[in-house]
Amino acid sequence: MSPDRGAGLPQPAGPGPLTGVRVVELAHPHCAFAGKLLADAGADVILVEPPGGSAQRRHGPFVDRKQVAAAFLGDEELSLAFWADNTSKRSVVVDLASGPDRRFFRRLIAGADVFLEAEEPGALADLGLDHPDLTGRPLSGADQGRTKPGPPPVNEDLIQVSITPLGRVWRHPVAERHRQAAMTDLTVLARGGPLWMCGYDDHGLAPMRGRGDQAIRTACHHAVMAALTALLARDANGGQFVDVSMVAAANVTTEAGTYGWFAARQIPFRQTGRHARAGLTEPTQMRCADGRWLNTGVGLRSGAEFAAVADYIIELGLVDEAGPELMAALDRGAEEDRITTADIDADPELRAVFKAGRRAMGVIAAHLSAHEAFVGLQGRGVGCGVVWSPDEVLDDPHLIDRGFPTEVYQPQLDRTVIYPGPPIRFGATPMAIRSPAPRLGQHSDQVRREVR
Amino acid sequence: MSDALAGLRVCDLSGQLAGAGATRWMAAFGAEVIRVEDPVRQGQWDIMRGAPPYKDDRRGIERGAAFNNHNVEKLGVTINLRTVAGRELLADLIATSDVVTENFSAGVMERLGFGYDRLRELRSDIIYVSNCGFGHTGPYREFRSWGPIAQAVSGLTHSTGLAGAEPAGWGFSYLDHTGASYMVMAVMMALWHRRRTGEGQWVDLAVVEAGANLHGADLLDWTVNANPTRGPGRPDSNRSRSPLMVPHGVYACGGDDAWVAIACRHDDDWAALVEALGADAERLELDHPDLVTVERRAAFEDDIDRRLGLWCRDRSRWEIEALLREAGVPAAAVATPPERIDGDIATAGRDLWPVVDHPEMGAIRVDGLPVELSATPWSIDYPAPTLGQHNHYVFGTLLGRSDAELDELAAAGVL
Repeated sequence: MSPDRGAGLPQPAGPGPLTGVRVVELAHPHCAFAGKLLADAGADVILVEPPGGSAQRRHGPFVDRKQVAAAFLGDEELSLAFWADNTSKRSVVVDLASGPDRRFFRRLIAGADVFLEAEEPGALADLGLDHPDLTGRPLSGADQGRTKPGPPPVNEDLIQVSITPLGRVWRHPVAERHRQAAMTDLTVLARGGPLWMCGYDDHGLAPMRGRGDQAIRTACHHAVMAALTALLARDANGGQFVDVSMVAAANVTTEAGTYGWFAARQIPFRQTGRHARAGLTEPTQMRCADGRWLNTGVGLRSGAEFAAVADYIIELGLVDEAGPELMAALDRGAEEDRITTADIDADPELRAVFKAGRRAMGVIAAHLSAHEAFVGLQGRGVGCGVVWSPDEVLDDPHLIDRGFPTEVYQPQLDRTVIYPGPPIRFGATPMAIRSPAPRLGQHSDQVRREVR
Repeated sequence: MSDALAGLRVCDLSGQLAGAGATRWMAAFGAEVIRVEDPVRQGQWDIMRGAPPYKDDRRGIERGAAFNNHNVEKLGVTINLRTVAGRELLADLIATSDVVTENFSAGVMERLGFGYDRLRELRSDIIYVSNCGFGHTGPYREFRSWGPIAQAVSGLTHSTGLAGAEPAGWGFSYLDHTGASYMVMAVMMALWHRRRTGEGQWVDLAVVEAGANLHGADLLDWTVNANPTRGPGRPDSNRSRSPLMVPHGVYACGGDDAWVAIACRHDDDWAALVEALGADAERLELDHPDLVTVERRAAFEDDIDRRLGLWCRDRSRWEIEALLREAGVPAAAVATPPERIDGDIATAGRDLWPVVDHPEMGAIRVDGLPVELSATPWSIDYPAPTLGQHNHYVFGTLLGRSDAELDELAAAGVL
C-alpha cells in the first residue's frame, strides 16, 4: 500500500469547536459518554460527583494494582470504565444532601450553558433542582412546571439534557406505572429492538448484545446532538428541557427492523454476522487463512468489481479452486454495468450471479490472511472489511497513519497510556483528549473559587 | 415545522443511511436540506433509492421505503454533474449554503471539481463535512465502505457474540446510524464555532474512527492491563464485566424464539430477584447465602444462568418482565418489531412513529426522533422528495434561474 498521504487535513492543535461552552454534568454512568464527547470537543465540562465519587468509579475493569505508582491512590481512581468515559472533564465533589452544597450547585448552574444528567424521574425535583426549579420553565408545553415552592430560578437560558430509560416527557397520557422502569444497557437493547436483530443463524442460541454499552452510547449521541441543536436555537428560543429516551433511541436506530415493518410488515430474523432479514440470506463473513474473518459488505455490484475479482483469482492461481461454474458466473457479472438491490430482488439470474460474486470473495479469503484479503480486494476496488478485535484496531496501519491511537499521560501510572483518538477530525478546531479523567474532587477548590 | 435550525441551508450531496440519516436530523429541526441527486442514474448512487422493502409490493424508483424513511423533510433536486452547466448550478447552490455534506469515497469531490479549496472559493465560511468509512487521509483512504465493513474494521463486529464462535456482529448497520450521529455532531459543532468566530472548516469524518471510539473500557483493558479482547472467554457479549453484573443474560422462555433479558445491577437487585422467584428460588437453590455478593455469583455464573434458564423456560417472557419489573429488577422481553412499534406505550406515548403522506406510497410511517425539546420540538410531516421534485423552487426561486433556462437545462439533460 502507498505510504503517501492524500490531499488531506492537517492535524491541528488548539481549542476545540465548543470552547467557551460550560456544561455541568451530574455524574451518572448513563450520561458520562455524552459529557466526554462535549469535553473532548472543548467544552468546559464540570463533573459533579457525590462525596463517594461517581458510581462509574466502581465499574471494572480496574487497573492491575501492581502497576499503580502512587500508593496513596484510592480504589476510586483505578476504574478503566471511568477513565474511558470521563476524559477532558473537571471533577468537583458536591453533596446534594446538604443545604449549602445545594446552594453552591445552583450557583454553578447559574453560569452553565448545559446541564447534563441521567437521574431517575423525580430525583431532582425532590432536591428542588429540576428544570422548573432552576429555570422557571416547565418540562414541556403540557406540563405545569414547578411542583413546590423554592428559591427563585437561577438560569432561564439553561439547556437541561436528561437521559432516562423511557424518557420523562410524553406526547400522550401514559399511566404512571409505564413511565418508569429500572433498565440497563442490555434490557434497553432487548426492549428497544436491536437485540431481536443480532445473533446467530442457530436460533437455539440467544440473541446477542453488542458489547460496549452501545444502548447507552446511542442515547448519549442523541443527547449531544440535541444539546447542540438547542444551543444553536438558544438565541431565538432561550433555554429548554431536552428529554432523551434510551428505549426510543434504540428503537429508531434499528434500520430495516423498523421500516421493513412499516412498509411490508416484515419481521426480520437474526442471521450470523449479517443483516437480519425476513428471509434467509447467504453468509457474508468469510473465514480467512489466519482464522480471522472477512466481511464482504454489500457484495459485488458492478461489472468492474466482478472483473477485478476474476482477475484476482487468476493472479492468485485459484482458478481450479473456484471452478468453471463460478468463473463463468464472474464473467457474466462483468457484463453488467451495475446490479442494484432491486435487480437482485426481482431477477433470478442476476440474483445467482450476485451470490456467485460473494462466493468468489470467499475463495480468495480462504487463501489469505484477513488483512491481506481486505487490502488486496479493496486495492482492486472491491469493498470488504477485516474483522478486527477491538484491541487490534489500535494496531491497524491506517489508523496509526491517521494518528488515531492517542497517548495520554496517566498520573496513576506515571506513564502514558494509549487511548482511542477523536471520532471526528475537524480541520480548524480539533476534538482531542485534553486531560485524563479527573481524580475525585481534583478541581473542587478551583471550581469553588470560580463560582462565588 | 420546527424552527430550531430555521435559516440553516444544507447542500446535501450525501446519501445512504450514514449521510442521509444525518441530514434527516437537521431537516426535522427546520433546516433547509437540499438533497442533490443524479438524474442519469435516477439517484441510485444511493443504494436505497427505489430498493426494497416496498409498500404493497409495488416497485418503483419512488417506492423504496428505506429511502423515504431516511429522507423525510428534505427538498430534492437533480443535477447532472457530468455537465458544465450542472456544475455551475451546484456552484451556485453551494455559494448560498451554510453547509455542504457528502459521503462519497475520498477523492470523488475533487474529481467533480468541488474539493474543499473550491468550496471555500464559493463561500469563504463554508462548513464542509465529508463522511466516509476511512476518511480522506491514510493508506485506506480510497477504500470503499458500508456500515457492515466499518463495523468489522472498527472492532464492533468482533465484540458481539459468543466466546470462541464466529462473530455474531450487528444484525443491522449500527454504524451507519451512528456515523450519521457523528456527522450531525460535526456539522453542529462546526456551526457553533462559526457563529462565535466567523470561521468555517472542513471536517473529515471517518466512520471507522467513530466506531473505534465506542469500546469503552475494553481498549484500556488492553493498553493498560494487556488483556486482549480476542481470546478465551471473549467476547461473550451477553455477560457484563463492565460493570460486573451477575446474572446478566438473555434466557429462553416459553414460546417460539422467545427470550427475556435479565440484569442484576447490584446485590440488591439479586435479593429482589430471589424474593420474586419465591419458592422457585429455593427449589433451584438460588437463595443460597453464598450467592449474595456479585463476586461470589461471578464464580458460579454458568450454574446461575442454567438455573435461571430453567425458571424462564416454561414462562412467558411478558410474565417474567412484569414480575421482575414489579420487583425493581431490570428485565425486558426481547421485543419483535410489531411488539416494540405497535405494542409499546414507551414508543407510542411519544409519537415516535410519525406518518408521512407519500405521493406514490400513500400514508406510511417513519422513524421519529428519540428526543423531546420543550421549546423547539422536531417535526416530521413531509415524505422524501421525488426525483427533482424541488428543482423549480431551488433553481428558480432560490437561485433565480428563469423557467426558460430551466426548460433548456432539462432538455439538455442537466436536470
